[in-house]
Amino acid sequence: MTDFSPTPDQPAVAQNSLLTQSKRTIKRNSAEARFKAYGIAAIGIGLVMLLVLVTTIFGRGTGAFQQTFITVNVELLESKLDKNGERNIEDIKRVTTFGYAPLIKSAMQTAVADLGIETSLKSKHMAGLLSKNAVAQLRAYVLANPEKIGETIEFRFLAQSRVDGYLKGRVSRDSIENDKNISPEQLDLVDALVAAGVIEKTFNLDFITGADASDQRPEAAGMGVSMLGSFFMMLVVLALALPIGVAASIYLEEFAPKNWITDVIEVNIANLAAVPSIVYGILGLAVFINYMHLPMSAPLVGGLVLTLMTLPTIIISTRAALKAVPPSIRDAALGVGASKMQSVFHHVLPLAAPGILTGTIIGLAQALGETAPLLLIGMVGFIASNAPSTIGEGLLSPNSAMPAQIYEWAKRADPAFYERAWGGIIVLLIFLVTMNTVAVILRRRFERRW
Amino acid sequence: MSFVKLTASALTIAAATATAATARDQVQVAGSSTVLPYASIVAEAFGENFDFPTPVVESGGSSAGLKRFCEGVGENTIDVANASRAIKEKEIKACAENGVTDIIEVRIGYDGIVFASDIKGNEFAYTPTDWFLALSDEILVDGKMVPNPNKTWADVNASFPAQDIQAFIPGTKHGTREVFEDKVILAGCEATGAFEHLLAHAAGDTPKAQKKAAEKACIALRTDGVSVDIDGDYTETLARIESNKDGIGVFGLAFYENNTDKLQVATMSGIVPSTESIATGEYPVSRPLFFYVKKAHIGVIPGLKEYAEFFISDEVAGPDGPLSEYGLVADPELSQTQDAVANEATMGGNS
Repeated sequence: MTDFSPTPDQPAVAQNSLLTQSKRTIKRNSAEARFKAYGIAAIGIGLVMLLVLVTTIFGRGTGAFQQTFITVNVELLESKLDKNGERNIEDIKRVTTFGYAPLIKSAMQTAVADLGIETSLKSKHMAGLLSKNAVAQLRAYVLANPEKIGETIEFRFLAQSRVDGYLKGRVSRDSIENDKNISPEQLDLVDALVAAGVIEKTFNLDFITGADASDQRPEAAGMGVSMLGSFFMMLVVLALALPIGVAASIYLEEFAPKNWITDVIEVNIANLAAVPSIVYGILGLAVFINYMHLPMSAPLVGGLVLTLMTLPTIIISTRAALKAVPPSIRDAALGVGASKMQSVFHHVLPLAAPGILTGTIIGLAQALGETAPLLLIGMVGFIASNAPSTIGEGLLSPNSAMPAQIYEWAKRADPAFYERAWGGIIVLLIFLVTMNTVAVILRRRFERRW
Repeated sequence: MSFVKLTASALTIAAATATAATARDQVQVAGSSTVLPYASIVAEAFGENFDFPTPVVESGGSSAGLKRFCEGVGENTIDVANASRAIKEKEIKACAENGVTDIIEVRIGYDGIVFASDIKGNEFAYTPTDWFLALSDEILVDGKMVPNPNKTWADVNASFPAQDIQAFIPGTKHGTREVFEDKVILAGCEATGAFEHLLAHAAGDTPKAQKKAAEKACIALRTDGVSVDIDGDYTETLARIESNKDGIGVFGLAFYENNTDKLQVATMSGIVPSTESIATGEYPVSRPLFFYVKKAHIGVIPGLKEYAEFFISDEVAGPDGPLSEYGLVADPELSQTQDAVANEATMGGNS
């Protein structure tokens, strides 16, 4: 004890005063201050990046949730739609969408004349303000309500993408100088129609619920069907990856003997988690489509591929959750006479459940945002299928997925698709943020610490 | 316990749905990204007007599409391959090896390839010679082939501004690349006299082999970063030009016409590219677009023949149809193609 007490002939106190810092202390303190500054700078850079990203996404994407509509009265001419007047649905079906174009032309002409707007445009160019989707909308209405043929009905059609862009400020009179799709005279007419209240920009639910549209009608494209595609894939992933992953990790963690075989399996699981997702796509193409002959472009195949991708993530997080349950719980259960399985299922698993759920949700979120493997199994492309009506159809009929749809839109020529791609990112982000928030809440609420 | 049950039931469901999935009822299309917009327009209209489901159209490039097309016959292979060039002998052979023997070739129309740069940049009026001198690996200088020394467009042609040469051209998996090589680089090679020089010094036993060797030497492009291969779509080329204002990109006419606010088009041999100048044949850089149908799938995949017929019907692919509105140059011999599809005439003549 006396070894440590200062001897009188050593003036240690003067050298190591708490009030004056020694050189070494100053150096250490400034190193710490520098490190803190680095840390703050790193976080600051990250925050700035995030801010830039979020503002860019929302700045560019919010436009997609609004769309320009034109309201016109269309006379459903019997002479064009049902020549023999028998209202036979097969006869009416024979008139293709091309046969509906004259109705729209004359409807636009009448509308402009009724409003007293003077324009030098021909009826073809007046109808050019409307989306190419208008004929399809009209035909679908007539096929659903054949008794309305002969009447004049009010329709709300989408405006074509350039008109929409003009109202959103994306298209200006300068930018359309060389554009063949719209002329300054047409924009004059748009201005007049806006003043008359015929053209209006409103919230567009179809963007969230609708199906993809071809390159000629970006204004009609929506995310809804690809959202369902993603939903069915997640269903498959959840139904397969969760039970398989949890069963595998319980066995490995609680029952498996520790020998070199389990070691090899463990190393492999860790490695599989790091395999690039495109590799799973190649595997999926080879095994599920070429060998098992499952249909191409089907969410079932997409779900199977994503299951393979998500399994390692789920296994690793489940094992971590099981490991976090203290051994005393197991020992106590075994001590009062429970079997090994009873101790696991009655005591360990319930305590590990929040961790398992969190891992699963994060794995699902990762799978939801994945595009690369879908490229190879035919889920990226123009897949404008209608919304599936049954679960079987949802799993097997061709469909896209949300990230694949965004990728597809970003590739297309018309700048209006670009806006929709950003809009799609917003929708996808909302899903991902929601899933991650649920994971965080679950963990906060149910996690137990020892 | 419950997990085991869950797993078992999930697997049974998966197996049951898998066995139910025997018949595919929609047409499956893949291939050229140039044909993709046209095919998607047709697919959409087809789904609207017929009782068949909307066909699925994927892109990926002509070569990639034809490769998948030639993988074999059966429901897990595609029915239609879109291509921005004609199918090659090699590919027909590969097809035949996998049992795809009867192929129906359908020409849908013509498409122009345009050279465009940033709207605020310099204007250009090219000839094929300019492009050969700008991008070729070796050019003819004083009777000798030397590595391409040109750095700016002014080096290539004294009438051009001194802007750095930076070209974004389609990668080799695109059909557009081949047309670019054939109609621009090779034409320039011949015009500068380099082709004759190469032919005279070409190795090979037969004149045909020598010609082939000379052509191959002609279309070899420089690899010093001046010419960048774009393997993605035109949107990628556009993004490159937006970030590098000196860049000149190769685009399809339809893509350019949708982005006239960002791009300005260069003339080729004094002709402004447009559907009219391509239809008359004045604009030199154009090519036919095709799709290929597996005859073995007709009657098996519902709607396949109807899709092919609808695609080339007058109201779709004709001069006033939606395709030419989007930028396709209508084929003057469309009626012959219609007959060929109606008779299911395969390549090689036998129907």
